[in-house]
Amino acid sequence: MGKAWTFEDNMNTDEIIPGRYNITIDPLELAEHVFCEVKPEFPEQVQPGDIVVGGQNFGCGSSREHAPIAIKGSQVKCVIAKSYARIFFRNSVNIGLPILECPPAVDDITEGDLVEVNLSSGVITNQTKGTSYQANPLPDFVIRIAEAGGIVNFLKEHDIQELMG
Amino acid sequence: MGTLIEEILSRKAGKPVQAGEIVMVDADYMMSHDNTTPLAIKAFRNIGKPIHDKNRIVLHFDHAYPAPNLMAAGNHRMIIDFVKEQELPFLFKQGVCHQVMIEEGFIAPGAIVIGADSHSNTYGALGAFGTGLGSTEIGVGWVTGKAWFRVPETIRVEVTGQTQPGVYAKDVMLHITGELGMDGGTYRSIEFGGEYIDNLPMHERIIFSNMSTEVGAKCGLIAADQTTIDYLENETCAEGPFDIIQPVHPVYESVVNFDVSALTPQVACHPDVDNVSPIAGVEGLEIHQVYIGTCTNARYEDLVVAASILKGKRVHDYTHVIVTPASNRIYEKALKNGLIETLMQAGCTVTQPGCGACIGRHGGILAAGERALTTMNRNFIGRMGSPEAEIYLSSPATAAASALTGRITDPRTIQEN
Repeated sequence: MGKAWTFEDNMNTDEIIPGRYNITIDPLELAEHVFCEVKPEFPEQVQPGDIVVGGQNFGCGSSREHAPIAIKGSQVKCVIAKSYARIFFRNSVNIGLPILECPPAVDDITEGDLVEVNLSSGVITNQTKGTSYQANPLPDFVIRIAEAGGIVNFLKEHDIQELMG
Repeated sequence: MGTLIEEILSRKAGKPVQAGEIVMVDADYMMSHDNTTPLAIKAFRNIGKPIHDKNRIVLHFDHAYPAPNLMAAGNHRMIIDFVKEQELPFLFKQGVCHQVMIEEGFIAPGAIVIGADSHSNTYGALGAFGTGLGSTEIGVGWVTGKAWFRVPETIRVEVTGQTQPGVYAKDVMLHITGELGMDGGTYRSIEFGGEYIDNLPMHERIIFSNMSTEVGAKCGLIAADQTTIDYLENETCAEGPFDIIQPVHPVYESVVNFDVSALTPQVACHPDVDNVSPIAGVEGLEIHQVYIGTCTNARYEDLVVAASILKGKRVHDYTHVIVTPASNRIYEKALKNGLIETLMQAGCTVTQPGCGACIGRHGGILAAGERALTTMNRNFIGRMGSPEAEIYLSSPATAAASALTGRITDPRTIQEN
């Protein structure tokens, strides 16, 4: 169970991690500045297992992988959003940052709520409000990547054609 | 049978494919730059398999080049060591990656080019499927030669009419961006067409594909035609014969029509790219920096427009005016033809080609409270430096006119010399 940190629609990659910090690829160093523009207290106060809750089009903008890496580096359990920008979605899957799409849960969760997420079933439980939601199912090949812990790990053991099942 | 993206992906997949299908296809080229290559190298090393075809890997130094600090310098050194180790044939240090990719002949109609940069959509202007991916997928591409895609649905943007003097392709695309919204094209292919697009020269077509990224699109395509072939043959190192791929009985998710006849210059205002206003709504707003550069609007013809407005005049005393040609080739041509001299005599600072100021790295960082008018494609908070600075986007003509006054200025009010 973790605390929810809520963000607005169209959270862009510069707001997740400003370009001036992208000279490093170290997840922990990036995490020191994650969301610093929009929620300056986040890098210091976030706890392992907390949940990032976004709106529509989360992660729009640059192709920088630094954005999901910075979020992963902050040791949050996952991101829940109404929808994702396409490159951010691919990048998160590839680097093994768990992301769930669930508009009703996003509408229900307010900052500071205690939220439990079961990543394998996609069930999201808002402990503070006593509500529960089912996230949208992910495509099969995305699950294959996620189960391997990211595309790099997948390719260590498999040929890329095996992604297609 | 299908939209342009369906036609391109069908040829690559070797079978007819339609929107909604997932395909695994060969990428003709895999592009990355000094900002995104280090993570691609990390993924490559972690996978632990050899490079599939080094002739399809293209690297650029442009985001922080020449190195503005120690970390960037270390990145460049690490990438060069990798290039030497793997004997990679293509490392460019001559300007903004997307412009150099086109100039050096890596882009041709029907090609699939993936780039670890969101503005890889740019290549769509030449009828290629260019799209942005993350670094890890580029590293995966080095090893496999492939990438997966969900064949996207297509929004057809049909543009008709002729623009008035002082109104440019950038104004049209800013207007379209404002109308579609920053998530109006998410996961979609946008196919630009209609008589206005058909009649545009390549340097202006590129703006539409480049900025298709700003509405979330997977790609922004313009079907190749004689303009494309002529451009490839005369302005790039690409070698034909070129394949002209057209949509065939396409089924579009939606068709959006724009008539540009009455359009005035447009400005995208702080803090969102779809916060677009006709110039009349922002005229007179004080600006502290003008930046004419980037993969959107720093081609030779853009410099011609800026120079024609600034010739024989002086830019405003308290406004930084920075001009960054997109590539060395453009810089050289502008030097030979006297444009650089004109711009410098007007008080512009002309910098080395690259991306520096657009991403807040170097060569034009904004202080808190400053407002910039730029020819960039996005104006995210904090992008050019301080999160308390504001970024506005316009055509090169509006930017140059505003450089003279230190205020957002309608280029139609400035007399050219």
